[in-house]
Amino acid sequence: MKLLKLVPENTNLDFMRYRNVALVISLIVTVLAIGFTAVQGLNFGVDFVGGQMIRTTFARPIDVEQLRGRVEGLHLGEANIQEFGGPTTYQIRLPRPGGGANAANLAAERVKSMLAADYPGSRIDSVDTVSGKVSEELAQNGAIAIALAMLGIAIYIWFRFEWQFGVGALLTLGHDVAMTLGFFSFTRLPVDLNVVAAILTIIGYSLNDTVVIYDRIRENLRKYRKMAILPLLNLSLNETLARTVVTSLTVLIALGILMAIGPEVVFGLAIAIFLGVFIGTYSSIYISAPVLVWLGINPSSFVKNEEPDPTAKAEPQRV
Amino acid sequence: MLDFPKWKVWTIFLVIAVGIVLAVPSLFPKSQVETWPSWAPKEQISLGLDLAGGSHLLLEADAVDAAKQRVAAMEDEVSTELRRDPRIEIGDVSTANSRLSFMVRDPTQLDAAVERIRTLTRPVALTGARDWDVAVVDQTRIVLTPTATGSANALKQAMTVARDVVRRRIDPSGTKEVTVINEGDNRILVQVPGVENPEALKKLIGQTARLEFKLVDLQANPQEVAAGHAPAGSQVLPMASGGGAIAVKRRVIVSGDQVTDARQSFDQDGRPVVTLKFNTAGAKRFARVTQENTGKPFAIILDDKVLSAPNINEPILGGSAQISGNFTVQSANDLAISLASGKLPVKLNVVEERSVGPDLGKDSIHKGAIASIVAVLAVIVFMLLTYGRFGVYATAALIVNAFLILGIMAMFNATLTLPGIAGFILTIGAAVDANVLINERIREELRRGRRVLDAIETGYHEARRAIFDANLTHVIAAMLMVYFGSGPVRGFAVVLLIGVVTSFFTAVFFTRMLVALWARRSRPRELHI
Repeated sequence: MKLLKLVPENTNLDFMRYRNVALVISLIVTVLAIGFTAVQGLNFGVDFVGGQMIRTTFARPIDVEQLRGRVEGLHLGEANIQEFGGPTTYQIRLPRPGGGANAANLAAERVKSMLAADYPGSRIDSVDTVSGKVSEELAQNGAIAIALAMLGIAIYIWFRFEWQFGVGALLTLGHDVAMTLGFFSFTRLPVDLNVVAAILTIIGYSLNDTVVIYDRIRENLRKYRKMAILPLLNLSLNETLARTVVTSLTVLIALGILMAIGPEVVFGLAIAIFLGVFIGTYSSIYISAPVLVWLGINPSSFVKNEEPDPTAKAEPQRV
Repeated sequence: MLDFPKWKVWTIFLVIAVGIVLAVPSLFPKSQVETWPSWAPKEQISLGLDLAGGSHLLLEADAVDAAKQRVAAMEDEVSTELRRDPRIEIGDVSTANSRLSFMVRDPTQLDAAVERIRTLTRPVALTGARDWDVAVVDQTRIVLTPTATGSANALKQAMTVARDVVRRRIDPSGTKEVTVINEGDNRILVQVPGVENPEALKKLIGQTARLEFKLVDLQANPQEVAAGHAPAGSQVLPMASGGGAIAVKRRVIVSGDQVTDARQSFDQDGRPVVTLKFNTAGAKRFARVTQENTGKPFAIILDDKVLSAPNINEPILGGSAQISGNFTVQSANDLAISLASGKLPVKLNVVEERSVGPDLGKDSIHKGAIASIVAVLAVIVFMLLTYGRFGVYATAALIVNAFLILGIMAMFNATLTLPGIAGFILTIGAAVDANVLINERIREELRRGRRVLDAIETGYHEARRAIFDANLTHVIAAMLMVYFGSGPVRGFAVVLLIGVVTSFFTAVFFTRMLVALWARRSRPRELHI
């Protein structure tokens, strides 16, 4: 049987040749993403700003404008009504009401009784109401989780490798998180707790890629003491390219299927990770590797404390 | 490479067998699993509310109400204490700003009053701090201010009681799979699977159910009452039905604390009512007061609203009473449950609610399961096309991995949520990464001209470090998610964490064993990978 070879043997792509171009593009896009997020803001879901979200399935297709009118007739603030999944399923979102802790709860109840009265046969699929205080805590915990995950990972890499690698990993992660947030800001997709899970996954995935490449760089630094840093990075990236492509593809296959036929409720989660796979793969090549050049890593700085590796060969086999 | 000792083979197979045995019950419906013989494992993965349908409620103590109730309780204690012999007359009592302040009428008794009130305060910390500060201002006025530790302590106790009360209300029989736990200092998390109507649940939980019987103040001027003013020793309370207000004596005849049993029943006219039974002390008091006040009305008060104010036709001697007040069977039943479960020591507000209808849950799990199966199949096809024989090993690892994840989740009774399914699919995708790393490494070594067995050996050896480092970063991220995350984040992270650990085992040990067993048998001279 002829086996599938997505990446030809012995590739010798000069990744690092474009590192400055990539850097400029990355910088511009990152700044744009951060700027866009800062100006446009994120479309936070009820998890993070409070309020209520009701998903309902009607017995037959309905007139959205009429529904909007009826919801607004309850005077609960500006309603956001979206189709969700199918033509009879809608998501009604209402802002966090003023008043006591029970206000959100009461508002949701009024919407539900309106639906029951005006749309016989309609079904309430889910109700989420989150008070202001809880949503603030959820947002805070989400941010802490992301920040700590980045920091914890960077520290681990610093211990396992060298400080330059830790810094490189941290910059890579910053890049990935900024991109993802920019994407969510641009598309106005709602940011809820699922998206925090997605961002943490992207961090983990991107790191996975970065660590595999770093591991190979470290190995090659020990093996080829006399090789210049740029060819060495190129060599390492080429050696790990097949793995990068195959792994990314399997994850994309799995996520694509989840997006296509999985439950609607996880669509936001799946699309964020799907996107993150691309961003993470790019950044592990064009951010985490070049950073090592700028931080001045070279074989002597890395292996000075170690005994010479007996298996190391004097000359590279291919460059 | 070929040297793979028997004990290792057995250990690996044992781990896998245990994993599969633990996973099996989760693949069958619960009703069926329950009929299995007693020696069979029955632990199942529990489904989260987003999959099974149900309600998740986060209740928070109403801080204002908690402070108010605490002062009111202290006021009771103080007046009871000072009424005892030798009696100390007090006046101008105020409970504003959560402080209790009153005047001692005879200034010469001030020191004695302070002395007696101090005995009412309790030490709360080892440092000797007490739960109330007692101070004298303006020579005649005593002010009791709650201390921070005292309030915190009181809240903590109240929350423990509140948790038990909530549990008894939701599940009087103790059979449903409800979760009622304290969260933080002032919250209770309630999770009830399969609830069709969360509103009824919230009403049931939210009722403080402070029941009191008080005499109606017949001397009160109706106009004054309508304006909200009551004579000294009385108070104005609204009617629960919404129609006006009524003046009642402040003294409580009997309270809900003395109720031993409450049930929904019907009166002579077939209307739903709640029947109560009092404990001995309560029954005695009720008998005495109704004997003394036959012919006069008394008020039945629930959470400071008057349910009804019937006349006392004859003394109530048997220790049981009936509450009527425009009930439906449902509301009478709810009140009966609330009363029987005791009153909530503090008012609880719903600060977070997530309810999922059972139909949506079913739909989600169905779609999630199909997506998982299709994703696994697609990844398997991809692996077979890419790595041939080694793709078969990767596939075996993938399937074993899926069983191990399910088995471990069942063992710890972990909850599978919708994001958990996403985590599962991601783990499947990423789990092959370890095998991809190994297989690509073997390809590389073969290209470098190593002999087959040597290439396999080197491939496994060299890839292991990268796999370890890469997975450990995942573990760090997942652990932080479990610790700091809430709801979906945690559900996702738990699956991810388990998946990373099991995929490390299957990729590094299990496939290596399969490869070693094959290589020992066939001694391959060339390898298609």
